[in-house]
Amino acid sequence: MNKTIALECRGITKTFGRVVANRNCDLDVYEGEILAILGENGSGKTTLMNMVAGIYFPDEGQIFVKGEEVVIASPRDAFAHKIGMIHQHFKLVDVFTACENIALGVEDKGRFKLAEVRKKVIEITQRYGFIIDPDKRVAEMSVSEKQTVEILKVLYRGADILILDEPTAVLTPQETEKLFAVLRRMREDGKSVIIITHKMHEVLSISDRVAVLRKGEHIGTVNTAETDASALTEMMMGVKVELNIQRSQPRDPQERLTVKNLTSVNPEGRPMLADVSFTAYSGEILGIAGIAGSGQRELLEAIAGLHSLTGGEITYVNPKDGHVENLRNKIPIQIRDLGVRLSFVPEDRLGMGLVGNMDIVDNMMLRSYSKGKGMFLHRKEPRDLAQTIIEDLQVVTPGASTPVRQLSGGNVQKVLVGREIAAAPSVLMAAYPVRGLDVNASYTIYNLLNRQKESGVAVIFVGEDLDVLMELCDRILVINAGRVTGIVDGRTAQKDEIGLLMTKSHDANETEAGEGA
Amino acid sequence: MAKTETKKHTPLLHIVKRDQGSLTWYNRLLVRGIAILAALLVAGVLITLLTGKNPIQVYGSMVSGVFGSPRRIWNMLQGLAMLLCVSLAVTPAFKMKFWNIGAEGQVLISGLACVATMMFLGDKMPTVVLLLVMTAASVLAGMIWAVLPAVFKAYWNTNETLFTLMMNYVATQLVAYFLKVFVKDGSGVLTPMPQYGLPVLGNQAYLLNILLVALLTVLVYVYLKYSKQGYEIAVVGESENTARYIGINVKKVIIRTLLVSGAMCGLAGLLLVGGTNHTISTTTVGGRGFTAIMVSWLAKFNPLYMVLTSFLVIFLEKGAQQVSTDFRISSSISDIITGIILLFIIGCEFFLQYRVVMRKNRKENA
Amino acid sequence: MLAFLVSAIRLGMTFLLGSTGETITEKSGHLNLGIPGVMCVGAACGCYAEYMYFTAVGSNIIPLLAVVIPLLAALLGGALMGLLFSFLTVTLRANQNVTGLAITTLGVGMSEYIIDEASTIFTKGSKYFTASLPFADDLGWFGELFLDYGVFVYLALIIAVSTTYVLNRTRVGLHLRAVGENPATADAAGINVSRYRYVATCVGCGIAGLGGLSFIMDYLNGNWEYCVDAIGWLAIALVIFTVWKPNLAIIGSIVFGALYVASSYIVGVSFAGKELFKMLPYIVTILVLVVTSMRSKKNQPPAALGLPYFREER
Repeated sequence: MNKTIALECRGITKTFGRVVANRNCDLDVYEGEILAILGENGSGKTTLMNMVAGIYFPDEGQIFVKGEEVVIASPRDAFAHKIGMIHQHFKLVDVFTACENIALGVEDKGRFKLAEVRKKVIEITQRYGFIIDPDKRVAEMSVSEKQTVEILKVLYRGADILILDEPTAVLTPQETEKLFAVLRRMREDGKSVIIITHKMHEVLSISDRVAVLRKGEHIGTVNTAETDASALTEMMMGVKVELNIQRSQPRDPQERLTVKNLTSVNPEGRPMLADVSFTAYSGEILGIAGIAGSGQRELLEAIAGLHSLTGGEITYVNPKDGHVENLRNKIPIQIRDLGVRLSFVPEDRLGMGLVGNMDIVDNMMLRSYSKGKGMFLHRKEPRDLAQTIIEDLQVVTPGASTPVRQLSGGNVQKVLVGREIAAAPSVLMAAYPVRGLDVNASYTIYNLLNRQKESGVAVIFVGEDLDVLMELCDRILVINAGRVTGIVDGRTAQKDEIGLLMTKSHDANETEAGEGA
Repeated sequence: MAKTETKKHTPLLHIVKRDQGSLTWYNRLLVRGIAILAALLVAGVLITLLTGKNPIQVYGSMVSGVFGSPRRIWNMLQGLAMLLCVSLAVTPAFKMKFWNIGAEGQVLISGLACVATMMFLGDKMPTVVLLLVMTAASVLAGMIWAVLPAVFKAYWNTNETLFTLMMNYVATQLVAYFLKVFVKDGSGVLTPMPQYGLPVLGNQAYLLNILLVALLTVLVYVYLKYSKQGYEIAVVGESENTARYIGINVKKVIIRTLLVSGAMCGLAGLLLVGGTNHTISTTTVGGRGFTAIMVSWLAKFNPLYMVLTSFLVIFLEKGAQQVSTDFRISSSISDIITGIILLFIIGCEFFLQYRVVMRKNRKENA
Repeated sequence: MLAFLVSAIRLGMTFLLGSTGETITEKSGHLNLGIPGVMCVGAACGCYAEYMYFTAVGSNIIPLLAVVIPLLAALLGGALMGLLFSFLTVTLRANQNVTGLAITTLGVGMSEYIIDEASTIFTKGSKYFTASLPFADDLGWFGELFLDYGVFVYLALIIAVSTTYVLNRTRVGLHLRAVGENPATADAAGINVSRYRYVATCVGCGIAGLGGLSFIMDYLNGNWEYCVDAIGWLAIALVIFTVWKPNLAIIGSIVFGALYVASSYIVGVSFAGKELFKMLPYIVTILVLVVTSMRSKKNQPPAALGLPYFREER
């Protein structure tokens, strides 16, 4: 078949301050094909596509659309070349209806009539089988409805090149299948679809070709039919990495933290956690696996006392005297005052765990500033702690008085984890602690967690890489849509078993989906 | 053809955020210095154009208006102290990213409380007790005026900028009302009551004010930098999520900080009314509540820098007043010059935070 | 009673122009606290242009020009202040609140300077602005209440109604609201956020400038008073009071005007009590602000109000 190139990137380089996001990237997409862009977190997939979509402007390099060199300085330019991107974080105006959002930025000829937009939207939804109320306000929509609006936006503009940034991360398996059906249909229409993902099975099931990015560089593009998961993983990871994370048998596991029938809703009243129960034991690492946004963050934040619960109990057994404390609906300070030694490494490091504009010393103080007598701060201890962490964890920084915002991601995480461990916890919770970190920094973190486990701490580890979870954790709890779908042994569990649990729908959801279809 | 056309559109300049600390302190000083010089130059040119006078003469007149005589220096110091006092008062709230633009009203209402105390209790109690009651009344009034918007902000996230702004005018109208009630002749002008004022130190009417404000500057500096409450303010201002994460009660901090802020506004009201004017009018605060926000913001909320920024503003104000007297032009020239200089300094912050970079040539290989 | 309503409406139109201007600006996400200064400048520029025109032509005054020249001058003066505000907040990314306050300082100073250079009496010019339809007086109370107004009342109404139309019914309005609600989304949709903010701010400030002029030329019958900025703050309050809706502002402005002038018309209000009456608009505004924030969801300020937007930051 004689295919023409729809989009070509040549030698694209983009830096943010000192961070190189993309270096000399080449990429091409044909008409009527689905190209998957595969890469780890932080490999520059999204940044590269953002340059094609006009969100960022490349420092160097050229972009060609249908063989013509183009300059895409703004999203408007991208639309002009019929390029549309569906971002991972939805770009919708909450107070607008679906229709108003879709009409946004479209410069049709003639007078603006919302009724006509509405007609055209309904036409498209019927053609592709979307189910959406065009007059519903986005603020009242579910996640998958919002994604539908995003896709409609691009289709409404008649894009020929569609870029989807991790579209399935927020979808149920059924919704994913529907989406893929739509994408295949677009391919048949001769459109080019670029799908950014790090899920191997999706790459293999949907794409015609795969472009692999690693650390901001384009490693190569291969035909999906001529490759397999292990070859792609090798391209993605570089030299094939044997994870080789050491794992010891838990010693003398004792009940430390018990969560029973935990239920919570978000501020909009939608359920986030439903009937979650588990126990974390001392001297073991309990992994938590699940599709992004399944309630992992809410679970840890609920335990840490950042959310109020609608139901359930959280109990903590004090290792010193065996005293049992109920943590339900207590704020972090109250939890600490009970003598509960609970440390928490949140997912959002600079937005929650640390204050970016403060230096390392002041960040050390976040946990301890209220200690000590009088109304004044005691900076000596945190200063010493900062120095210890810088030395022990080899934090690369000009000094302890450098604002943490200026450190690299790995060093930021070392500062945060270091502080949480220094509090001598008996329960340590870490949400995605290696996200965005390079291999070396990741191993530093794994080793730190392992050492905590060996010293008798109950570690709760939320991860996204199943291989890591299976090599690091003693038990793995799988969560989906706010419900625990299973707890498996980390040593014996099979990957596909966990994968199934991750997408296993609860009975109620199944009937709901059945009705919808 | 399409090619050449699109090439034109390549943005030549792009803007990059500077790393903090990539500019040394003297570079920062230099940029600000250049901004101030440029602004002075523009202001000088403007005055020259308007008056036809030699700009050197104009600047000379400004300097003499500020430093020309001991009385002028005292006036300048007094102006500096008052502006600095209000600037210090708004700072804790601003550091917490609580946009309190109601200092004008908070100071004015405490001035009203002070003047009412002087009028009705002045002859009924011994001086020491009177001074205490005056202080308490002023501080309390300032606190009430500041804490109202804070409570609504803390519990219902009511927009504090607009709330505090409205409170200014409620205070102004209250003062106007009470002036008409207090003053029986209906003129609305209250005769000063120096006999009930704050004590005068060393025969210098303004010395007490100046000393108190100097002390307050140090106190606020220490409070923000070394106290636990100051640390909480900084954390809440930087990230409410972090504050929740470490268990800071954000509502409590917002309310407490505004009580502190309002109390300092109360002190400013006390010094203005009890220590300076010994009377009140609707213009007693004279826009200091607004100017203070700029002073505090330009000093990056650092009380020590605020001494410099408020000096700059007062220098311009007093200097321009002298210019307008010397060259018989409208006294409003002082507002114009202050406005221009503030805008220049506000604008120059851009160059401290961002770098403008020429885009590298794109590769020419086809 | 009739005189009271007429007076409320005439003053109300000043508020209406000011608040419509600020609404347009705020819809773009700019909280422009410089509006009081902008209204001062608008008023001063308009008056100065009138003064210049009269000086230039002597007694050969063409009524149309005597109205149009000051209007254009006020529009231009306001818009230039808006340009300055936008340049600082959009291009130089300065803080909106601080910039707005500095603009107010500058604007008040400039207007006073301009007026001191010219004259504080513009009664001659004012009569061209307050000239009403010739048959209005023949229609009794109906004519007096509904028709007996100068050009500003009609101008303000037209601007407020057309602003409502543009905001809610046109593409430009949709885009503008998106910019104020969620600039990142608007940007991703290909809307030039900076341009919308520049244009909205300049147009809004231009309209607010007209409001300043209407206060002097219409309500005060051409006698300059140094209190245009106080009116400007009330215009900002009116924006909140009418929950960012210019059509509601038509009613709201008359209510504000009524509250402001009520003291002079209500019998039995003491000399001092008048001052309390003048406090009402502010108190009512605070109540509206509090109630809307408690009730949430609808009638909220634009979500991105007061927030800067820079694309390439990460």
